[in-house]
Amino acid sequence: MSALPALLLVAALLGAWELYADLGGVEPSLLPAPHAIATTLAGNTGLLWKNFAITAKEVLLGLGLSLVSGFAIAVAIHLWRPLRRALYPPAVGSQAVPIAVLAPLLVFWWGFGIFPKLIVIALICFFPVLVTTVDGLAAVDRDQVKLLRTLDASRWQAFRFAELPAALPAALSGARIAVAVGVIAAFIAEAQTATIGPYGGLGREIVTDESALQTPRAWAAAVVLCLFAIACFYTLTFAERKLAPWTTQPTGDRP
Amino acid sequence: MAHRKRFPGADPLNLWGNARGGSDVSVSVSAVSRTYQDRGAVHALARVSLRAARGELVAVVGPSGCGKTTLLELICGLQAPDVGTVRSAPAALMPQRDLLLPWLSALENAALALRIARRPRAQARACAAALFAELGLAGFEDARPHELSGGMRQRVAFLRTLLSEKPVLCLDEPFGALDAITRAEMQSWLARALAREPRTVVLVTHDVEEAVLLADRLVVLCARPGRVIAEIEVALPRPRARTDARVVAMREQALIALGLGDRA
Repeated sequence: MSALPALLLVAALLGAWELYADLGGVEPSLLPAPHAIATTLAGNTGLLWKNFAITAKEVLLGLGLSLVSGFAIAVAIHLWRPLRRALYPPAVGSQAVPIAVLAPLLVFWWGFGIFPKLIVIALICFFPVLVTTVDGLAAVDRDQVKLLRTLDASRWQAFRFAELPAALPAALSGARIAVAVGVIAAFIAEAQTATIGPYGGLGREIVTDESALQTPRAWAAAVVLCLFAIACFYTLTFAERKLAPWTTQPTGDRP
Repeated sequence: MAHRKRFPGADPLNLWGNARGGSDVSVSVSAVSRTYQDRGAVHALARVSLRAARGELVAVVGPSGCGKTTLLELICGLQAPDVGTVRSAPAALMPQRDLLLPWLSALENAALALRIARRPRAQARACAAALFAELGLAGFEDARPHELSGGMRQRVAFLRTLLSEKPVLCLDEPFGALDAITRAEMQSWLARALAREPRTVVLVTHDVEEAVLLADRLVVLCARPGRVIAEIEVALPRPRARTDARVVAMREQALIALGLGDRA
């Protein structure tokens, strides 16, 4: 079973954590034991579920936005070289702008709804997609493009038949990085932008619980975030096998 | 400059037909020179002239570095000459590396030109599928290129070139990467295919025997810079056997032109 090594490792880590929390003399308000987190998790399913639904929506929409924008900018840069010199420095710079500086402005523009949070997630997650896709598009076999030209392919057809599929595995690698980062990006988005209403997502929940010394519940929310990140990552890995089967297919299995 | 217009009005199933009317000369390269400035002024071709009549198979033989690939790219319109003129009916290139697209099946690779010509997907696939059995590729329609043997990949690449429906085929060492046995099979296969449905073919090869077996005429080039040093008519009946005394003699003649004759 392929999940067995991961399960064994998690079990070992949980055991060590449990021992340390019970016998290591660390404050439960600083690090609750796994069994305490599990109890809290079971006792707060309603609250956690409602917050999870909000965060999951943010993550999925935000990632969608970042994949589309990262990919679109990469294609634009590839098709028109001067754009590379114009767009790359600001794109790199955008990764260094602290969200805390931008968040109030985003809220000022778009209010307390989901949109400013999506912008924060997209801002954090588009970059790996952009970089890997640009490199993937640049690494296309020039001779394949030349061949397509002899078959009278238009610029668009050369892109569609050669460059796009050639860049797809690299773009998907970038997407996997983006997905792994997406959940923490949602946390940052929720923690940095104000929300109105009883539920603000798991990130907001963690911030509130931490300041109210409800540490086990904050940890329970963090566990849900971790599981969600893992689920997203493997969903994308599965999608990759469907979208770019030629990269994973073993050789020699002739029909 | 070579013409780059799409060949008009081709019947999708009459893939081999070459009764197109017009001039009897399909390819005319006149006193062409080509120098690559970006690679330290490499003189690829110096005053090279070459003509191929409609339906003729011209083999271009020569050592590495004689500008054979450059010559084909000029005919296909991928490059322009520095000096001289290149006129050609629309030409399709079969490159030295098969360059099959790994994300497409064998059938889709073969039908690529039809898809580029915006034929409906089903029609393009049907056109290619009709020729798969003839080329010994039946059953491999949905295989991906990496699942095919070297000979099969070359056949798919040849089919892709053929289905471009261009009257001139430029074949760049099509069998150079194959083992000797597969190569011999592919040579007789190509001879049969062209005997039944002739096209104008410019075949680049460094294999003199292959040239004599397949071609109507040999154009022998020397290297650095590429120049024509001999033209040999191969007026022998087909099919030709490599053991035929006339084939052997002609091969010897070409080798002597290249300075490689056996002086036993």
